[in-house]
Order: sequence, then structure tokens, then C-alpha cells
Amino acid sequence: MSVRQATTPLVNIQNVAVIRGNRLVFDRFSLTADNGDIIWIRGANGSGKSTLLRLIAGLLPMASGQMTVSGVIALADENLALDPNMLLEAALGFWAKMDAASADAREKALAAMDLVPLADMPVRYLSTGQRKRANLSRLLASQAPIWLLDEPYNGLDSANATRLDAALLKHAGKGGIALVAAHRAPSINVAQSISLDRQAATA
Amino acid sequence: MNGFLALIAREVRTAWTGGGLWLPVIFYLAVATLFPFVTGPDKVLLAHTGGGILWIAALLATLLPIERLILPDRQAGVLDQLVVRGWSDELVASAKIAGHIVAFAVPLLLATVVASALIGLPETQLRTLLLGLALALPALAGLSVTIAALTAGLSGASALGGLLLVPLAIPILIFGAGTLAENAGNAMQLLAATSLAMAALSPFAAGAALRAGRG
Repeated sequence: MSVRQATTPLVNIQNVAVIRGNRLVFDRFSLTADNGDIIWIRGANGSGKSTLLRLIAGLLPMASGQMTVSGVIALADENLALDPNMLLEAALGFWAKMDAASADAREKALAAMDLVPLADMPVRYLSTGQRKRANLSRLLASQAPIWLLDEPYNGLDSANATRLDAALLKHAGKGGIALVAAHRAPSINVAQSISLDRQAATA
Repeated sequence: MNGFLALIAREVRTAWTGGGLWLPVIFYLAVATLFPFVTGPDKVLLAHTGGGILWIAALLATLLPIERLILPDRQAGVLDQLVVRGWSDELVASAKIAGHIVAFAVPLLLATVVASALIGLPETQLRTLLLGLALALPALAGLSVTIAALTAGLSGASALGGLLLVPLAIPILIFGAGTLAENAGNAMQLLAATSLAMAALSPFAAGAALRAGRG
């Protein structure tokens, strides 16, 4: 996060190991992503997909290795981080203020995830899929060049999965990076897929 | 800076909608209401002891909102999202403390005027009490947020919170109650100095606790 205004986004991880609660989650893991890369991070349950995203997001320390991240990061993980008692639009508006997102970007992000009809619904009434879309909508509105998506397809029906695909392709087309952690294959072509499973640690 | 103000406003709003605003005030006023029933309607005795009781009530009221200060935001991922956006934990803690001062300290000061009328404190005592509480409440708000960050997610967090707060708040209580004595001396200056030190250190302590609690 040292470089907030990088011209081209970059994520470069070399030989990184992460230890959580005295357990080695993964080690000697390497990944490079730049301009327009959509990378599928795959692995079984518990292989460390979410841990990797949290590491890149700056939420976890690494035990060894080198990591360079340039560009603003947006993270969509399993936590919604929206106030349950607020209306959806107001709850997203708080983060739009934090991201200094324009009103135009907010409206487009709501529309891209088909949330306009739900804008005046309290967050606590949203269904699983709707909550996922709200989370993704915040990520879209932030206009961050680096996206970290943790199981983004979970809970989405096929129409909304297609919307997410379109958003990912558009993001990559503009030169953004997306790291998609999912146990199943995304439906779009990815630049690269990297496995966190032990037996295939070097993909 | 805009984001900082937005986070403070959010703290005040969640306190307002989540019951964190009224609970301490009602507790505080309940103590002031019940106290004369225990002592009997002895005006001199009430005027003499009432100020000290309000100090204890204010201190214990500090404990009530502790559980909702940090834990809900940690569980919902709000703290994570702030860190991803480049916020330092100390800055998050400062915003939380500032928000808590507005949402907790200011209503309690206003309630003090009502409480002192219920007890029948003389006007000079009320003025000293208000000044003392105004000096002490930022430190108590800082302590609440620090303890909330330390105990968030632990079982028995509220009991542990009480155990941590009481010894840390004793200097404030001693100097605070001292300002009400007839021969107060430098109690007010000492209270101001203690509170300032606590309020200034608490964002760093709370920030370190937030960082340590992230996994």
C-alpha cells in the first residue's frame, strides 16, 4: 500500500510462507500478476485460498518471502461489512465515501450487480445471493485496480454469475488485476490458474 | 480526513440506533434516582455524598457499551475493510474514541445536570462536577475502546472488561472525587493531567490490541 497512485497495478509474491496459529498454511508460494490478469487461485477447502488473499490485502503477516503490491486493493471476502440496520444504498454509500467514489461509479456498480431495485431495502433483509452482490458492488464502486475475490460465485444464480463474469472481463480489459479464489472453475477464460494444494504446490 | 469524519459519524449513528446511547444514560439517572431512597431525604447528607456517587455511576456506566464498541465491527469485517484501504489501527482506534466521546460522554454530561437536580446538589458542586467529568470522560472513552479491543471475541468479555477497567480508572476516580472536597487543592489539575495522559495513550494501546486481534 506504499504506492497508492501506481500507473500499472502489480502483485508479485516470491517464496512466501504463512503461519497461522502455529500451523504452516503454505510455503514457497509464488505468484505474479500484472496488467489485465485474471488469476484463478484453486485448492481444496482449507488449502489457504482465503489466507493468501488476506496476506495480499495486508491483513496477515508473512513468515518469510517477498511481496510487492502496487496499486489500490479492493477485497470482497465472506464478510459483508455493511451495517445491517441501514438501507443498502446508504450502507454502500459509507464505503463510497471511504473510497472517494463518484456518484456515477456508485450507480454503475449498483446497476452492474442488478441491485437498483433493492437500493432501499435494509441490509438485514437481503438473501445470501443479494448480500454477495452487495459485496461485489462495493468492490466495483471503489474502482481499485486490484481485486481480491474470495469465492465470488458462491450464492450467485447463473444470471448474476454472468454479470460478475462481465464485470471481471471489463476490469481486466481496463488493465486491472483480479485474483479469484474459488474451489470451482470460473466460467470465463483466466490468464493463469494456480493451485495451493500441497501435492501440486508449483503450478 | 473526510473518511475519518465519516467513521466518527458512523460510530455516533450505531450508538444511537444500537442502544449504546441510552443505556448508560438511563443507568446513570437510575443511580441518581435510587440513591436518595437509600440515604433518606437528608439534604445535607445528599449534598455531601451525591457528587461522589455520581462519579461512581459515571465510571460504571462506562462499562455498559464496551461489548458493542469493537466486536460487531470485527465480526462484520468492517475493521478488515478499513485496513485494506490503508488505515492504520491507531487511526481506526482514534476515530472510534472520538465517536465514543460524542455518543457517550456528551449525553452523560447532559444527564449530570438532571442527576444533580434529582440529588439536590448545590450549584457550586454541580459546576465542579461538570468540569471534572468533562475532563475525565475522554479518558474513560479511551479506556472503553482499549478494553473493548482487548477483550473482543473472548468468552466472558464483559466480566473481564469490568476487571480491567476498574483498576485503570481508579486514579481518575480518586482525583475526580477529590475535586468535590472542601479542601480540593490541586485535584482538578491532577485529574486533568491523568486524563490527558490516558486519553493520549489510548489510541496506541487500542490500535495495538486491534492489530493483535486480527487473524
